[in-house]
Amino acid sequence: MELQASLSLIAPEIVLSLSALALLLIGAWGGDKTARMNSIAACIAIAFCFAIVAPRVCAGVGGPDAVAFFGQFKADAFSGFAKLLIYAGSVAALLIAPNYLERVGAMRAEYPVLVILATLGMSIMVSAGDLLTLYIGLELNSLAAYVLAAFVRSDSRSAEAGLKYFVLGALASGILLFGMSLTYGFTGTTNFNAISTVVAGGLSGGAMFGLIFMLVGLAFKISAVPFHMWTPDVYEGAPTPVTAFFASAPKVAAVALLARVALEAFGTQVDAWRQVVVFAALASIIVGALGAIGQKNIKRLLAYSSINNVGFILVGLAAGTAQGAASMLLYLAVYVAMTVGSFVALLMLKNENGDQLESISDLSGLRSVSPVLAFCLMSMMFSLAGIPPFLGFWAKLVVFQAAVDANLVVLALLAIAASVIGAFYYIKIVKVMFFDQPSGVVLGKSDGVHWALLIISTLVISPLGYLATSWFGDLAQRAAATLFLLS
Amino acid sequence: MSSILIIVFAPLLASIIAGLGNRHIGNVPAKIITTAGLFISCGLSWPIFIHYLGGDVPAQVVPVLKWVQSGSMSFDWALRVDTLTAIMLVVITSVSALVHLYSWGYMDEDPDQPRFFAYLSLFTFAMLMLVTADNLVQMFFGWEGVGLASYLLIGFWFKKPSAGAAAIKAFVVNRVGDLGFMLGIFGTFLVFQTTSIPEILAAAPALKGASSIGFLGMRVDTMTVLCLLLFVGAMGKSAQLGLHTWLPDAMEGPTPVSALIHAATMVTAGVFMVCRLSPMFEAAPIALGVVTFIGAATCLFAATVGTTQWDIKRVIAYSTCSQLGYMFFAAGVGAYGAAMFHLFTHAFFKALLFLGAGSVIHAMHHEQDMRFYGGLRRHIPITFWAMMAGTLAITGVGVYHLGVGFAGFFSKDAIIEVAYASGTEVGRFAFWIGVFAALLTSFYSWRLMFLTFWGKPRWIQSEHIQHAVHDAHGHHDDHADYAHTAHDDRAHAAHADHGHDDHAHDHGDGTGGYHPHESPLVMLIPLIVLSVGAVAAGQVFKGAFLDTAAFWNGSIAYNEHLMHAMHEVPYLVKYAALIVMLLGLLIAWYGYIRNTNFPRSVAEQLGPVYRFLFNKWYFDQLYHVVFIKPALWLGRQFWQRGDVGLIDRFGPNGAAWLVDRGAVLAKKVQSGYLTSYALVMLLGLVAAISWVLV
Repeated sequence: MELQASLSLIAPEIVLSLSALALLLIGAWGGDKTARMNSIAACIAIAFCFAIVAPRVCAGVGGPDAVAFFGQFKADAFSGFAKLLIYAGSVAALLIAPNYLERVGAMRAEYPVLVILATLGMSIMVSAGDLLTLYIGLELNSLAAYVLAAFVRSDSRSAEAGLKYFVLGALASGILLFGMSLTYGFTGTTNFNAISTVVAGGLSGGAMFGLIFMLVGLAFKISAVPFHMWTPDVYEGAPTPVTAFFASAPKVAAVALLARVALEAFGTQVDAWRQVVVFAALASIIVGALGAIGQKNIKRLLAYSSINNVGFILVGLAAGTAQGAASMLLYLAVYVAMTVGSFVALLMLKNENGDQLESISDLSGLRSVSPVLAFCLMSMMFSLAGIPPFLGFWAKLVVFQAAVDANLVVLALLAIAASVIGAFYYIKIVKVMFFDQPSGVVLGKSDGVHWALLIISTLVISPLGYLATSWFGDLAQRAAATLFLLS
Repeated sequence: MSSILIIVFAPLLASIIAGLGNRHIGNVPAKIITTAGLFISCGLSWPIFIHYLGGDVPAQVVPVLKWVQSGSMSFDWALRVDTLTAIMLVVITSVSALVHLYSWGYMDEDPDQPRFFAYLSLFTFAMLMLVTADNLVQMFFGWEGVGLASYLLIGFWFKKPSAGAAAIKAFVVNRVGDLGFMLGIFGTFLVFQTTSIPEILAAAPALKGASSIGFLGMRVDTMTVLCLLLFVGAMGKSAQLGLHTWLPDAMEGPTPVSALIHAATMVTAGVFMVCRLSPMFEAAPIALGVVTFIGAATCLFAATVGTTQWDIKRVIAYSTCSQLGYMFFAAGVGAYGAAMFHLFTHAFFKALLFLGAGSVIHAMHHEQDMRFYGGLRRHIPITFWAMMAGTLAITGVGVYHLGVGFAGFFSKDAIIEVAYASGTEVGRFAFWIGVFAALLTSFYSWRLMFLTFWGKPRWIQSEHIQHAVHDAHGHHDDHADYAHTAHDDRAHAAHADHGHDDHAHDHGDGTGGYHPHESPLVMLIPLIVLSVGAVAAGQVFKGAFLDTAAFWNGSIAYNEHLMHAMHEVPYLVKYAALIVMLLGLLIAWYGYIRNTNFPRSVAEQLGPVYRFLFNKWYFDQLYHVVFIKPALWLGRQFWQRGDVGLIDRFGPNGAAWLVDRGAVLAKKVQSGYLTSYALVMLLGLVAAISWVLV
């Protein structure tokens, strides 16, 4: 009975595992010709998982009913919310890839398989109820990601990105594992709820060490400063669809996981980790903004932008409340839309030979060449900068609101002040697109999938998005509340 | 009475369509929409006015929208119609409709016509909002709206530096008045805990002399302070002495604007406000004394200056200023009905005079200096007769015992008589000033007429006329550019095709070979309609305005006793205006027709006095030294020391420098070497651990 209930709770993960295996077989059998079909099949599989998870999120399930395998796995609304975002990011990564990979001759059948495996890993990560589940999910995701980063083998930059990611990822993984063993050693358990019970009375020095080591290991995954160094290099070197994937889905998974560890396992000791998180938040915002200013490559710029955004998400985590967790989820949702939109727009920037353009100066004159594309990209930039009426403003607002309500007024003020620096480089892109002397390089022609994704994400972050805010806010609120249910 | 909604919002709608449509919809549709909007408003306003003319019609309030609900403060958008509003409605919509029509002709050559008409309609909307206001905040909205429209229209020809400067001057001077008005509104809310006008007026009499309030560190009578503050607002808008300097400069705007805004409607907003709040002013005798005194002083000042000016529009502008003084001192002595009556008649004859002057200017190729006019009587006869009607009205021609007279006769006589009858010290002062100003009014008005329409043509000396003639003779290449930089370029094309081949350089008769042409029909119709008003408005409406408490029906403080005493003044007082009018006519005739050297010799003999008047009492120079120079000095200090030296240096520029350095640093750290990345990670870990441990 217990097994049956557990299996039904991990239905999305089962679907993902089976489809990964099946697609791998098909790919091995049929070769690279099957790549496109496999992508579509993978999309369908993920969409199916989406359909399984969505009702659970709307229902706001949580507590003992959502626990599988004796606390190893939690299919509550919080994980569900994160999974929906992850699935959306994964589908986007599958959809935008063929056009790009076929052009560089790297559209192989493994691509959808790797994306699905990474998605499976993330799916497990966000549902982890135990340190071991956490580690398995994280590694599954990471190993798939290392390969994806180096997917265009013939490109030395891609190979370099994969290697850098792998080496530093291994280091972070080691740190994380060390923290986990310390935690286990000093609390006697690997289960989140059990840890929470043990540390409720006070945090021993060893457990504190374990906590910090774990936070550092996870901070690497979300590329929070000072564990962000890999991000610009990997984002720049990896194939652009893969970068779009890295910037969206794994960010969601790692942030959700971090929230789980911090709020579920160590939620009774918020003061122990708050300072570290506050520092990482401010450092990420400032370094992300400063680093972006000097960039000439759009992918590098977006890498710093993601570091910058992670800082704002951490502001929500620093609040340490259900409201803070909800604000993180909302920010993540808006962030995924903005990231996917920006990268799709980036993919659509090609010169007349069809080569990808990555330099900011190539954007000049986009306004006259493709006004719609320029307008969409402008919306993305304004939204990322947090300028009303775009939805990015609302995302920042809820995060700051959560921080203020948790009496972190100074943090909120500093973050607001630092967000001004970020506005500079976002708006600079708009300036280049609209006001600079046209360089006549960019064409802005692309296929229908790109256009559709771009238009959808632009609509989401457009002022129309505000229509959904109250409904969406409720959803996030309920999802975040499940994090604080002791099961 | 939902027609009031249409009256108020039709001009707004028209303005939005014409303004946003602008060149997309073209000149003619924009003109048709705005003019039609105004004629609809006008057509709906007159029935309301006639309805109120019957007397004893209660006020009506039409709610529009909720506006503000904050603590104890709450007010709505609501349109209030009572007798006072009804009068203003017909004045505003009638003059505005006629000015719209007139502008078809006057602005015919202008490249920006939709913008012009949109501004005109916007102004009309704001003015209607002002007069239908049910609370002080809504009135302030209209008040600022007309200020904005006035600014936009004065600066309509913004390429002329003088127009831009005049627009800014009008705006800035009005800010001074508006500050007073705002403080008055704040204070009123503080005292009465409401901004609703009817509630304030109902509560005001009880506060007469009963309370005091701290203002600028002094204890002063509440009502006096409030009324004086509100009056400062009125002074700004109605160009009263001290805050009058913007009005003559406002003549830089197109002439229809001068007629509508700076003669007939906006500048009377101050008078309207004082009348609307008359129960408040009645509770503040000292404030009333100030109103009387300022009004009389303005009346005298502007009339004296008007006698020396050469620009036809400036003469009329000073005349407006002076007539507004009449209205204020009438209100000051408690005869709000007389003040409103003069406002009503003045709107017609002053709009007429301005539009007539516009017609003259149009005919004279945008020459505005009267020294270059002369003998135009036969060339533009309809304009001449219209101006004549206006002049007869403003100078107050009429005979008491016959009971006949032009519009200005009834209203101005009523003011002079009521000032005499008020029996107060300041009222008597106002009476003498009023009589003397009437003499000056007659003089400068007839001087204008004689210089413009009588005598020999002196057109040849005018640069404008010379350009027009030269252009007509085919020297476009030589003169077009030069002429366009020299002055307004709109009229050249219009007159270029008039053809003067057979009169080439006929210097003998002073015409310079130039032929003035009568204005087109669209400009003459408004002149004719307004002439009717200027001739008959006084005769028809005097009974209602002056003698019928039922007509006002509580919309103003109506002092029956005073209005009765007005009719009992000695005959000499009743005839005073007529006598001085004849005297003024005589002097003007002698000086400008009979013996044209007379004015020059008088000016030479009274040198200092003449220069004092000609330089407008040196107000502009005084303000320049007292306010503008120190303000500029202070502004320069703030700019160079404070802003550039302090704020910019350590604020934006400093922050930008910091960010710049930070970006360079961030780039430097990002070396690309795996080992350094790993090192940073480990350092971060160590830092986090040590932070938590410490």
